Amino acid sequence: MAARIYLSRDAAAQALGADETAAALQVAAAAKGTSITLTRVGSRGMVWLEPLVEVEDASGQRIAYGPVTAGDVPGLVQAGLFDTASHPLRLGRVEDMPWFAQQQRLTFARVGVIDPVSVDDYVAHGGFAGLKRALGMSGAEIVQEVLESGLRGRGGAAFPTGIKWRTVLEQHSLQKYVVCNADEGDSGTFSDRMLMEGDPLCLIEGMLIAGLAVGATRGYIYLRCEYPHAGHALREAIAAARVRGYVGPDVCGSGKAFELEVRMGAGAYICGEETAMLESLEGKRAEVRYRPPLPAIKGLFGQPTIINNVISLGSVPIILERGAACYRDFGMGRSRGTLPIQLAGNLQRGGLVEMAFGVTLRELLYDFGGGSASGRPLRAVQVGGPLGAYLPESQFDTPLDYEAFTAIGALVGHGGIVAFDDTVDMARMARYAMEFCAVESCGKCTPCRIGSTRGVEVIDRILQGNGRQANLARLADLCETMQHGSLCGLGGMTPFPVLSALKHFPADFSRDR
Amino acid sequence: MVATEFDNDSNLERILAEHAGMDGALLPILHAVQDSVGYISPAHVALIARALNLSRAEVHGVVSFYHYFRQHEPGRHVVHVCRAEACQAMHCEQTAQHARRALGVDYGGTSADGLFTLKAAYCLGNCAAGPTVMVDEKLYGRVTPERLASILEDWRNR
Repeated sequence: MAARIYLSRDAAAQALGADETAAALQVAAAAKGTSITLTRVGSRGMVWLEPLVEVEDASGQRIAYGPVTAGDVPGLVQAGLFDTASHPLRLGRVEDMPWFAQQQRLTFARVGVIDPVSVDDYVAHGGFAGLKRALGMSGAEIVQEVLESGLRGRGGAAFPTGIKWRTVLEQHSLQKYVVCNADEGDSGTFSDRMLMEGDPLCLIEGMLIAGLAVGATRGYIYLRCEYPHAGHALREAIAAARVRGYVGPDVCGSGKAFELEVRMGAGAYICGEETAMLESLEGKRAEVRYRPPLPAIKGLFGQPTIINNVISLGSVPIILERGAACYRDFGMGRSRGTLPIQLAGNLQRGGLVEMAFGVTLRELLYDFGGGSASGRPLRAVQVGGPLGAYLPESQFDTPLDYEAFTAIGALVGHGGIVAFDDTVDMARMARYAMEFCAVESCGKCTPCRIGSTRGVEVIDRILQGNGRQANLARLADLCETMQHGSLCGLGGMTPFPVLSALKHFPADFSRDR
Repeated sequence: MVATEFDNDSNLERILAEHAGMDGALLPILHAVQDSVGYISPAHVALIARALNLSRAEVHGVVSFYHYFRQHEPGRHVVHVCRAEACQAMHCEQTAQHARRALGVDYGGTSADGLFTLKAAYCLGNCAAGPTVMVDEKLYGRVTPERLASILEDWRNR
């Protein structure tokens, strides 16, 4: 019997040599005269162990080895990899590893396990069970289920998903849309990418359920062009779902249509802002729209539109499958369910950890992350992307909870955590925040467009020691203007990283360079 | 009416025909043109504008808004160096500096031998294994200056 091997096709695994490892496995198997079946799966999220090779043993358990570079393969195969023999790289079952076992995987349950573009694999692991249930419900009942689950927008704004859906449901229109915002531009975030590459059918199912809920017959996935691998996986998965009648003019024989298309962005961070993304989908410059009207009332092409992030939509299938109460039982306070947290930057064990809300930064950084990759003390973390605050060690006990973070002037955002060791220069990071805003501003409103450029200049003067006190006051004033005068979160939230760096790390701004 | 050498470009005609009737077709068309020709020239802009019943200014405005769209012919390979926060935490500026020095250009420039166009990226989604570099669609993690040197050497010899 052929040995069954699993290896990730995730972009992060590829970046660490998974394709070369796959080729080496084929060569080594041929040389040994062993036939193997190699399935490319998503990533288990243990990026520091990629490329991770899993081999099925006689009892059907998957035994992991990692990290396995192409150069390791001949020796491993020699040592009996295909018979799950012992070896220094042998890790045992992933499910038994504490890093993995302590997680609460709901949205990411299938990622790393199944062939991402196989409908059969998906269904065998509980896929489309949520859709099946939704097909027997009215739109209002589906919306109620999502509302009761407590699911809030995972893209960063944390707006209750069910309320958005209810607003769209209440509109009368011949055409409604479901748009998935897959413009995951925040540094330190990659959960959208991992879900799209590792379980794209889960996102597709979430969009189908959203369509059924509000009577939308067309869906778009707006994908950033920096994610070509996710694009390939999504298109393959949509094609597979179409062949099996899940996507198309008659979803599962229900008589209801749902067409789905991937649209590529073109390198504009601002498209993470939903109205800018709509402009882009319509073929225009991605300039932020004034609100009202809300996109739920007048969205894509002027029609009622559900806009949700990848993880929000990807969490819907399990809510429908297991019921709102099951999902709501996870979490704390008003933050219900789980959050796929991304451990990034200078950490020993970076990757994806899905946990119920309430886990503290310290647990994530040290218990999961293993501290810094460099071995030096961690000095600061940025949570929630380039618009998130920098937090010092004294705030590491803050639990991941939308309200707890708001209370300390920070944000959970998309759940990305970027760790820095003590070599970081926080004044430089503050300057970078302004620089990034200047590069990515859509240019529609003045506080963001001009303010960010002036911000870079003012910080430069502070760094040069040129009228430091006066310029620090000017920077605080400028941040206030940007925060309150900008049209959207880009200009409005760039002050968060700047002011938090200034507040928690003032010495970096006052020392002579 | 702008007469250009692209008037008879069957490639562009095909692209425009394929996108006829599509809602919000401009970005998909621009992607298709750049994928096929490598960049979007003023002549392309004129023809696309005519096909979509837009002004050239409108199409140019879209092309120039997005970082990804190029208005000049790129090198044979495009090298993206990520300089977002997660990669900065792993000292990507050293990698970026090496890239600029090795290729003799700043961001946006093309090396004298025409092989590489260097671009800054703001997150490639490989944030747990930075610094990250992407050459065309091939992604690389943990790219130190030394590793970048060998990656560039590898692509030079392709």
